[in-house]
Amino acid sequence: MSDDTIQITVDGTPLTAKRGQMLIEVTDAAGIDVPRFCYHKKLSVAANCRMCLVEVEKAPKPLPACATPVMPDMVVRTASKLAREAQKGTMEFLLINHPLDCPICDQGGECELQDVAMGYGSSASQYTEGKRVVFDKYIGPLIATEMTRCIHCTRCVRFGEEIAGIRELGATGRGENVRIGTYIAKSVVSEVSGNVIDICPVGALTARPSRYTARAWELSQQPAVSPHDCVGSNVFVHMDGSTVNRVIPRENESINEVWIADRDRFSYQGLKSSDRLQVPLVRIDGKLQPADWSTALSMAADKLQDRDLGVLVAPSVTLEELYLSQKLGRALGSNNIDHRLGQSDFSAQDSAPPMPWLGMQLNDLESLDAALLIGSNIRKDQPIAALRLRKSALKGGAISFINPRHFPLHFEAAELIASRHDRMVSELYCVARAAGADLSAMGDIPGTEGDERHQRVAQSLKAGERAAVLLGNLAVQHPRYAQLHYLANALARVTGATLGMLPERGNTAGAWLAGALPHRAPGGKAAPAGEAGLTAAQMIASPLKSYLLVGAELEFDAANPAQAMDALAAAGSVVAISSYLCDSLSRHADVILPAATFTETFGTYVNATGHWQSSRGMTNPPGDARPAWKIFRVLAEQLQLEGFAYDSPEAITRELQALCRDVQLGNLTEFSTAPAYSEPREEAMLRAGETPIYATDPIVRRAPALQKSLDGAQAFASMAGAELHKLSLAEGDSVSVKQNGAEVRLPVKLNDDIPEGCVWIPAGLPETASLGELFGVIEVSRA
Amino acid sequence: MNSVPADVRLPRPETVLSAHSIEEIEEWMSRFPDDQKQSAVLAALSIAQHQNQGWLSTELMDAVAAKLQMPPIAVYEVASFYSMFETRPVGRHCVAICTNISCMLMGSDTIVEHVQNKYGIRLGESTDDGRIYLKVEEECLAACCGGPMMQVDHVYHTRLTPAKVDEILDSLD
Ligand code: SF4
Ligand code: FES
Ligand code: FES
Repeated sequence: MSDDTIQITVDGTPLTAKRGQMLIEVTDAAGIDVPRFCYHKKLSVAANCRMCLVEVEKAPKPLPACATPVMPDMVVRTASKLAREAQKGTMEFLLINHPLDCPICDQGGECELQDVAMGYGSSASQYTEGKRVVFDKYIGPLIATEMTRCIHCTRCVRFGEEIAGIRELGATGRGENVRIGTYIAKSVVSEVSGNVIDICPVGALTARPSRYTARAWELSQQPAVSPHDCVGSNVFVHMDGSTVNRVIPRENESINEVWIADRDRFSYQGLKSSDRLQVPLVRIDGKLQPADWSTALSMAADKLQDRDLGVLVAPSVTLEELYLSQKLGRALGSNNIDHRLGQSDFSAQDSAPPMPWLGMQLNDLESLDAALLIGSNIRKDQPIAALRLRKSALKGGAISFINPRHFPLHFEAAELIASRHDRMVSELYCVARAAGADLSAMGDIPGTEGDERHQRVAQSLKAGERAAVLLGNLAVQHPRYAQLHYLANALARVTGATLGMLPERGNTAGAWLAGALPHRAPGGKAAPAGEAGLTAAQMIASPLKSYLLVGAELEFDAANPAQAMDALAAAGSVVAISSYLCDSLSRHADVILPAATFTETFGTYVNATGHWQSSRGMTNPPGDARPAWKIFRVLAEQLQLEGFAYDSPEAITRELQALCRDVQLGNLTEFSTAPAYSEPREEAMLRAGETPIYATDPIVRRAPALQKSLDGAQAFASMAGAELHKLSLAEGDSVSVKQNGAEVRLPVKLNDDIPEGCVWIPAGLPETASLGELFGVIEVSRA
Repeated sequence: MNSVPADVRLPRPETVLSAHSIEEIEEWMSRFPDDQKQSAVLAALSIAQHQNQGWLSTELMDAVAAKLQMPPIAVYEVASFYSMFETRPVGRHCVAICTNISCMLMGSDTIVEHVQNKYGIRLGESTDDGRIYLKVEEECLAACCGGPMMQVDHVYHTRLTPAKVDEILDSLD
């Protein structure tokens, strides 16, 4: 027995505990019930509710189990007369001001206060005086408040400060007048705000989108995996009959702990969007019309029989769908298959690893001594991974960024190197050079000596025992991705840091394994027939005869939406397998086959650590929509292709699994040739942008509550003050922005996080869908 | 952890706080170590309240938050906790009559009633002309030996009688 281990006795049972543990941790582990409100295993101890009082031998009065460290030979009674009386007393006090509104409270049936009152309270109250009332303030479209019900446990406040890193809720006032809230009416901005709904022990904070729609005991639950980012957060889907009522976290310590992002929680609303496809549509005489499946399928088969075919598949669909998309394309003789819809530089694709991955486990992000994130808004792109990374920063890890702008962070970064995107390569070059990397293959570039910032980043990576160089979404979308990739690789090699990649979307990693690529077959092998097909950008730059679109909404997903629309317009035929009727499909598709989506079909997602996670179909797709794997099966039959006669989706997963057996994960790579360095651009004004958190895939794009939140409304042209000054613009003005002939009007926003010479205009939004490249030349003028 | 969340837009302190207030706040800040500037929050709020004739607007609190690099909610918490801060508009002269035990025994009720009648307002209210604010004093002001007593704009007045109260209050501008 190590020194750390001690023995205690709880309710007559001998228990082993670790020194320094709180009593409640030990009783929880042993399955002994101690009532509590303020204690939460992921938050600091506040010990303010007093519900967990227990009797400890030799202590003169009951002690709170959540704040009492275990001592050797401690004897504890959790249910003795003394303990019970103390608990009952606390309960009575807590209920003094709590309204008796359980019949109209959304928490009813899953309320900790209700449960504990049943177990530990009295059936009647002695209190006859008036109860206090708190008037609510609006805190946004996601969380409904009823603060009269609040018992001031401060879990929500501690969550904001300790986990989300944004202190938005607080306890204002004093004594009886204390209230929890934002003080002023304001929408909360955290991208993980919804977690306070789960941790609030009462009905003070509830989910606004699902409020008043069902009782907890009427819902059934199924485990699932969130499809929205590369974390693959585990969730439970709660269903009211056959419709999804809400989504809550499913604990998985190695992935999402007990948290999920708001995107994971509220996206389900998009499943019921009014533009869900319910029947197949075919274009006859220029007009899309409903058709039966057999007509639609034979038309689709007709249109696809062409070697000049391009398959564009969204990285947010299931692994099985990604695999079948490429299998069908290849069976038809085309290697023009790609899921990298938002990428524009493919020049180093042959040096890419078999699958881009984090290079470590998610919990390793918590204990990094140093990290450099290149082109990453990790807080919004992978919110749950960002919470882990934040823990490293709090422990003193030096977390630095090279980004095309500053992004609001929830921790203190060591270095923030933000410059116009065309200078990101030289910033990274400076760091790699400061670290001593041999960059001669790229050429010795004048003016890249760098300054102390680059030195410090290089130093931190070298000194850190656990260091990482991470490539984020914006790096992959960057027009010089090959150079960034090359430099990141060199930097990781010379510093000994782990090279990690944050796969862009929910199933980007899976798409690589599935071979949804022009140059790679499933399992990371070279493309069959020896010849690489066209990349997504090439397929769009010069129109092909026909396209098969799987889950892709090119006006939102493509690196250059304007060009993509031209390509679709010029194509001989466009066949789509999709769950929604987006604008590009209604204008250009010849056949649209309605597919089931999240919760409606079995599907696997591969997360950033290479973990395969499947969820099953649990609700029915609307109307005549069908799981995509079945659509592929009958389509292949029509086309007389072999090898698609699966009897279950799991059979597809198994087939791919067998192909991936030999995949060795590893990001470090050898570049056959170093990409040539390119000088920063000369243009005075460039566009930069990202796909905002609630515009990343078809489901979230249609989730109304998320769209109404602050992160949802992002259609602005944001510029630094100096830039506005040059253009004599003020915030709120409207500007016209022009890119390759397309013109859009947008409201102006002042944002000094954006470098000069740059206007920040996001992609993935209807308002900007007609523009061209995300990182490119643009004209801005007063509208 | 204690810094301002970057998503929250706060006013630049100098657009809200006077040069004099800023100078005083900085003097207080200089008394604390660099990483504990928020220790100056009570002083900063007093200074800001003084600048604004006795009450703290949200804008002022935000400016203090920006100055001390604190999340605004943390400043609201402090300002709403202490009874010496007013977070709604009040009259410019703060009249706080002690009603705690010793003063009560010495007849503070009569004094309160007198002042309430004199101005036609109740404890916690301000006169319409914005001159007098009758603060609810919750705590003993530690001048028990001179009860009944009141504090008018930081000055103690003891052994009050209605006549003496009139004299004091009438002399205010
Ligand atoms: S709102 Fe809920 S979580 Fe927050 S303090 Fe009140 S009871 Fe606790
Ligand atoms: S749970 Fe221990 S005091 Fe609240
Ligand atoms: S009771 Fe009034 S000053 Fe002490």
